[in-house]
Amino acid sequence: MKKGNEYAVVGREIQKWFGEGEARVHALRGVDLEIRMGELAMLVGPSGCRKTTVLSVIAGLLDMNGGELTVLGETPAQMSAQERILFRRRNLGFVFQQYNLLPALTAAENVAVPLLAGGWNRIDAVAEATRLLAQLGMEDRASSLPALLSGGQQQRVALARALVHKPRLVVCDEPTSALDAATGHTVMELLSEVAVRPDRAVIVVTHDSRVFEFADTIAHMDDGRIETVETGAARAQQIAAQATQARELYA
Amino acid sequence: MFSDQVVFVESEVDMNFVALKMLTGDRAKYLGLIFAIAFSSFLIAHQSSIFAGIMDRTRSQIKDVTDADIWVMDRNTQYFDEVNALTDNDLYRVRGVSGVKWAVPLFKGNPRAKAPDGKFRVVILLGLDDATLVGAPRKMVLGSAGDLREPDAAIIDEAGYRFFFPNQPLELGRTLEMNDHQVRLVGICDASAPFTTLPVVYTRYSQALGYVGRERNLLSFVLVKPEPNVPIGELAKHITQATGLKAMSGDQFGWATIMYFIRNTGIPINFGITVMIALIVGTVVAGQTFYIFTIENLKQFGALKAIGVTDRRIVGMILLQALVVGSIGYALGMGMAATFFAIFVHQIATRGIILLPQVMIGTAVVVIFIVIVASLMSIRKVLVLEPAVVFRG
Repeated sequence: MKKGNEYAVVGREIQKWFGEGEARVHALRGVDLEIRMGELAMLVGPSGCRKTTVLSVIAGLLDMNGGELTVLGETPAQMSAQERILFRRRNLGFVFQQYNLLPALTAAENVAVPLLAGGWNRIDAVAEATRLLAQLGMEDRASSLPALLSGGQQQRVALARALVHKPRLVVCDEPTSALDAATGHTVMELLSEVAVRPDRAVIVVTHDSRVFEFADTIAHMDDGRIETVETGAARAQQIAAQATQARELYA
Repeated sequence: MFSDQVVFVESEVDMNFVALKMLTGDRAKYLGLIFAIAFSSFLIAHQSSIFAGIMDRTRSQIKDVTDADIWVMDRNTQYFDEVNALTDNDLYRVRGVSGVKWAVPLFKGNPRAKAPDGKFRVVILLGLDDATLVGAPRKMVLGSAGDLREPDAAIIDEAGYRFFFPNQPLELGRTLEMNDHQVRLVGICDASAPFTTLPVVYTRYSQALGYVGRERNLLSFVLVKPEPNVPIGELAKHITQATGLKAMSGDQFGWATIMYFIRNTGIPINFGITVMIALIVGTVVAGQTFYIFTIENLKQFGALKAIGVTDRRIVGMILLQALVVGSIGYALGMGMAATFFAIFVHQIATRGIILLPQVMIGTAVVVIFIVIVASLMSIRKVLVLEPAVVFRG
């Protein structure tokens, strides 16, 4: 529905291993994936299937050992370390499982960090962050420290931090796993509402099947490979069918 | 919902604000770091200043002689307190050296003085040239140095006066007894505190013989003033070559005396150990606290790296944090040391011992060393940190 023709991420036969010799652990065994701009893509699978490793490689936080990867039309493997940092700073937004907010900074200051890292002055950055928090319904908590916020509120702040510098790719690692079902649902609603735009792609790593309905595409991973890719609509139909089946079973 | 363009510049100066908030956000560790550095720098400055003050006292009587530039003494003399008497002939030979404007005798001895109430103490007796009174005290509290020309006259330093006449007002005319001779105090002066804390008594050279008892020669030192435009060092060399006596400037003699005490007493070792303990404790406590502070913030640093903060900027943030705690700790430490010396500088026992500017500079260098060592461990930890760590729940 929001998809563009441009690809945000194209990966071919991505290989990643840790260690050498007998100690080598093959983490990614030839991952192929395509994520279009305007798409909310989910990487799902059981624990240990290396979803987060794929996310780290796409985000330029880990080097890959083989294959080809294009992110937003650029090839991270050909960038220097400094270029990769600047690329991340300009183009990527991050939402972490544990939020990773700086405990000494207020919500607005936390949101402002990507702008400060990009050279904005503090007053302008905090003002911009406060504006964004207001759009996310957090205007009354902009001056609160993270410790005074609920899990859902902290994840909203983390979401604002991921979006404040208007990145073209947002990567989210288990954004709902630390939240209860209702709050997780709210956060995903917010994510799909404010983050997904025609000129931006969102990648969500999750094993929380309750949020699959928000995906445009779902890539199922197992043992370092993407096994199947299905559209969010198909998956939603499947979930609805399972729900109907369950209702009939217990009726 | 949002505008399309965010302009980035390659500057991250306002990340300093984030660094400072991270630092002050954890109050307990922040204060712990500051107090570790404050007490460390206080101890270092305090002990170093006392050491320097005590060492400086060993040359007090040399410093107080401001009229003459060169001290001449027996060639085996090592320091001020241990002298071998010269002969009158030596004085004449010194006077004969080309470039000498004038040369006068100075006696230094340690007779025992007794107050009328029987209280006695060994004193530092300085016998000054009768004609010129070269070496007379410059800072008089009561009386005049010229009154030394009166019969049986002596000047005593204020600390000595307060020892012999405790809780009594400063007044002239009181008497002491030295070697069965009565001495009349015609002046009270402010002499630099001696290393031995003994009272300092000034009298005329001709009178000093009567106060010390059986010594054939009284001539401890010859004090020399060079002719105008004659370099002090050159003249000292000429005097040594011409007479075979040791001659050196007042400054050189002062340092020779200090070095004697440094080489031959345990004082520097004792103070050195305290300073080293302060340095080690300060470094370890500050380093460990700073390291724990970094470890506890490792995920946050990882998040910053993931977001796109450069390693260089993160190192800058850590160094800024270290610099801030170092500066505040140093300022507090110096404040405590300055307060201590301001309180005790006027006490008899500790008079003249002050917080030296050189000690402040030296302590600042040590504090810089402490914070660099403390931050190096943290910097290393953050530099090797993979930003992907932020994805591990």
